[in-house]
Amino acid sequence: MPERPAPSGRVVVTGIGAVTPLGTGVDKFWPRMLAGENAVDRISHIDPAPYTTQIAAEVRDFNAEDWLDRKEARRIDKFIAFAVAGATMALQDAGWKPEGEEAEEVGVLIGSGIGGLTFLGEQHRKMIEQGPDRVSPFLVPYMIPDMASGYTSIVHKLKGPNNCVVTACATGANAIGDAYHVVKRGDAIAMLAGGSETPINEISIAAFSAARAMTGRNDDPTHASRPFDADRDGFVIAEGCGVLLLEDYEHAKARGAKMYGEVIGYGMSGDAFHITQPDAEGDGAYRAMRMALRNACLKPEDIDYINAHGTSTQYNDRLETLAIRRALGDAAYKLKVSSTKSMIGHTLGAAGAIEAVICLLTMRDGKIPPTINYEKPDPDCDLDYVPNKAQDMEVNVTLSNSFGFGGHNVSLAFRKM
Amino acid sequence: MASDILERVKKVTVEELGVKEEEVVEGASFQEDLGADSLDVVELVMAFEDEFGIDIPDEEVGDIKTVGAAVSYIEKKLAEGQKGG
Repeated sequence: MPERPAPSGRVVVTGIGAVTPLGTGVDKFWPRMLAGENAVDRISHIDPAPYTTQIAAEVRDFNAEDWLDRKEARRIDKFIAFAVAGATMALQDAGWKPEGEEAEEVGVLIGSGIGGLTFLGEQHRKMIEQGPDRVSPFLVPYMIPDMASGYTSIVHKLKGPNNCVVTACATGANAIGDAYHVVKRGDAIAMLAGGSETPINEISIAAFSAARAMTGRNDDPTHASRPFDADRDGFVIAEGCGVLLLEDYEHAKARGAKMYGEVIGYGMSGDAFHITQPDAEGDGAYRAMRMALRNACLKPEDIDYINAHGTSTQYNDRLETLAIRRALGDAAYKLKVSSTKSMIGHTLGAAGAIEAVICLLTMRDGKIPPTINYEKPDPDCDLDYVPNKAQDMEVNVTLSNSFGFGGHNVSLAFRKM
Repeated sequence: MASDILERVKKVTVEELGVKEEEVVEGASFQEDLGADSLDVVELVMAFEDEFGIDIPDEEVGDIKTVGAAVSYIEKKLAEGQKGG
């Protein structure tokens, strides 16, 4: 067996990649996010006319052929293409191409909340209209959510642990947390971790419309996502992907890697309450944050910034606020909280991963992105939500919250190096 | 007729396998020369069925390993269809 140093037990982020409705690539989306730009618009990927919800935040600058060979790019479900793109960006950013035996020590854990529903929908239509013999042999591999990890490992020849998380809108955060544990205990030198989601297709828009969780502001897309504002009325659905390269600290140091920050805490809990509604007291969210604080050995006053789940639903924003107050006490009123979903909508299973990327950039640049569309205060939402304008502030410790249908709650803690 | 079929087989193959047109010569094997895997072959066969309005039973897929074999097979199928119809 090849020699390998013992794991340091510390896990750092050495590469980041993102596909977002404000642009593909960190350099594209981050300046626009700091400028408070909005990516919500009338849906263009499908004809939205028949649907209750007709607006979304779409990625419009993504070209699969930039990341995959032409044959694959043409037919693959976009959630897989997004994952490959995010992973490729993260590796390029890290300046590292694991090869040979080292590649056996690098794994992939990129989840998806729902997987390849676009491809499934097309093939289902084909089956109904043309018969079962017309269903593509690629339906199974392009539909299953684990193919984001599987495909990425094939493209980059990464032979370490390969896995998938499916926890609805907590997927991306769970994937990062679980991959953090893999590296921390030494089962891999590094993991590509994150989430990818492409829900702007007919069946998803119909289904989320039926679930009555989305905003009804079809006529005013730019003001539709308004987390913590009193007049919020539901989330804006979005597509995207975020990927982090999580690496053992000593390994990263030895190769002279730049480090965005250290993963220091990972809390999770179950609501055990309702299939789509959060716990009526925000108890699950509270316990996820409490666990993250405990295993990161943090005091409430250590936290500078929380990237909130902040979906812009009545329930979430009120109960998340309550949970933050309960977890952090008076310190909750001294830190900054913002919801970047106000600008890029809710990317579901990718949200936790994109928001982790944002937390790291916040620490790197000392700039906190705003909650836009914040106009009318809600007495139940009484924290400092960084309204409408980015703020400059030294940021050393961040939390990122993500909660999913099914009652999955995750809170990740990061510290600046 | 045959040259028309060859052109259409080429067009479908270029689209489905993402290869260059000049690679799609009569002697080229879909799997060995044009990089198709077993799933690509299923998809390619379905595309031929759509393009030519024919039905290719699973047990006959093995007969069309090369571009030339596909052209001959399709010619035969179309001729049978005309006789029958």
